[in-house]
Amino acid sequence: MNPATFAYHRADSVDTAIALLAQYGEESKLIAGGHSLLPIMKLRLAAPAHLIDITRIDGLDGIRDEGDRLVIGALTTHHAIERDDLVRTLMPLLAETASVVGDRQVRNRGTIGGALAHADAAADYPAAILALNAELIAVGPEGERGISAGDFFLDFLTTALTPAELLTEIRIPKLPPRTGSNYQKLANQASGYAVAGVAAVVTLDDGGVVADVRVGITGTVAAARRAAATESALMGKQADEAAIQQAADLATEGLEPLADLHASAEYRLRVTRGLTRRALTAAVARARG
Amino acid sequence: MRVPVTVTVNGTAQRAEVEPRQLLVQFLRDDLGLTGAHIGCETSQCGACTVLLDGAVIKSCTTLTVQVDEQAITTIEGLAPRGTMHPVQHAFWEEHGLQCGYCTPGMVLSAVALLAEDPHPDEGEIRHAIEGNLCRCTGYHNIVRSIQAAAEKLAAGAAPTPVNGRSSPTT
Ligand SMILES: Cc1cc2nc3c(=O)[nH]c(=O)nc-3n(C[C@H](O)[C@H](O)[C@H](O)COP(=O)(O)OP(=O)(O)OC[C@H]3O[C@@H](n4cnc5c(N)ncnc54)[C@H](O)[C@@H]3O)c2cc1C
Ligand code: FES
Ligand code: FES
Repeated sequence: MNPATFAYHRADSVDTAIALLAQYGEESKLIAGGHSLLPIMKLRLAAPAHLIDITRIDGLDGIRDEGDRLVIGALTTHHAIERDDLVRTLMPLLAETASVVGDRQVRNRGTIGGALAHADAAADYPAAILALNAELIAVGPEGERGISAGDFFLDFLTTALTPAELLTEIRIPKLPPRTGSNYQKLANQASGYAVAGVAAVVTLDDGGVVADVRVGITGTVAAARRAAATESALMGKQADEAAIQQAADLATEGLEPLADLHASAEYRLRVTRGLTRRALTAAVARARG
Repeated sequence: MRVPVTVTVNGTAQRAEVEPRQLLVQFLRDDLGLTGAHIGCETSQCGACTVLLDGAVIKSCTTLTVQVDEQAITTIEGLAPRGTMHPVQHAFWEEHGLQCGYCTPGMVLSAVALLAEDPHPDEGEIRHAIEGNLCRCTGYHNIVRSIQAAAEKLAAGAAPTPVNGRSSPTT
């Protein structure tokens, strides 16, 4: 089971990759870990004539502390994120999310940049990226631009990236004190992908009142999104069981749920509300310390 | 158009001209005759094709040969000198960690990579590490036991042991 024939190019810099994308246009595809692209190429659902390997570009890999934010290179693998000390201490939500992506072999090859650019509806990172209010940095022929997580995921396999652009890094603002987070996922038993996934980030004030809350939902819908009604229901409230339950019940408000052989629409909505309650409960407990 | 690559396989630099669409598992099995990496599902699910890339487990059916140019691959054949078993292989043998053996090369390599990173994993960590390796025979319990036994062997400094009861004609 091989992909259709293609020409292989190895970019040694971001500029080369962008030049190659410009040269070959729609006939070309970037390849990072290849763990979304190669399976669909083997099934001949995609048949790019030119593959541009970006994994040898220096500086796109790794995690940096930049004072008020953590910066994650697009080529950083899921496994590196799962194990990184900076991520585990400053952004445990991301490490927790990375640890439940696929399996160990997938985590060794797959990259966060590839996962976000591919934007599978059942992918895990989108929920965390939304809840962490990350900014995604894209470089194209016109230079660099930042895209906020909320504007990034548009539809099935569709993001705000243009075909001429390369995602270079993800910038995540550091979290204030008394902040807790959690990711809850219902994994498809066969594939491991998320039937539904909910990430929550909660900041409490001195009196235990919710000072900030962000909830990201993936899997349930074609494009990952925030649970706005849940967030506003919880803001300014004492984060007790009743308030969490009430807010979680609103998580699916306005969602157009997916329905497929893995889960019906009704089941997905129900599970999403349940996962939201669990994610909020765990996040609040961690925020209390 | 073929592309020149140099891949170090089990310690030997292999130079070849390969089609870009060639999968690493095809390079290993068809070009190099290393049939220890099995082809199970060919769709990234089963882990029978698992090999080590610079020490980390990967699925060689979901990796192109050109992607591992100038990198080092270890297959089950390269784990221990011919005629001997690596302590992890020995532990699988002693603890009945295999039945038909189809998943075993991948399973052993996943165990080797786990124990290199984390010499004393608990049961949960072992099960997390072998999530990408499906076994249709054993029910996994004996595999987990094998890996626990292997951890003890390696901690005690075990060396490769001769393959029991059989002297290899080439050694
Ligand atoms: C068996 C299996 C199980 C999996 N389970 C899960 C799971 O449970 N949860 C989950 O979230 N994911 C899962 N995945 C997907 C996995 O996380 C992939 O690694 C990820 O989706 C893609 O990352 P990649 O680096 O492999 O990208 P590639 O496959 O190389 O690329 C994917 C797409 O993104 C583009 N791209 C890659 N990098 C960039 C960049 N820097 N800038 C712009 N475009 C880029 C490519 O052109 C391509 O279109 C699974 C995959 C497999 C094979
Ligand atoms: S053959 Fe590679 S994962 Fe099954
Ligand atoms: S021993 Fe038969 S598949 Fe594992």
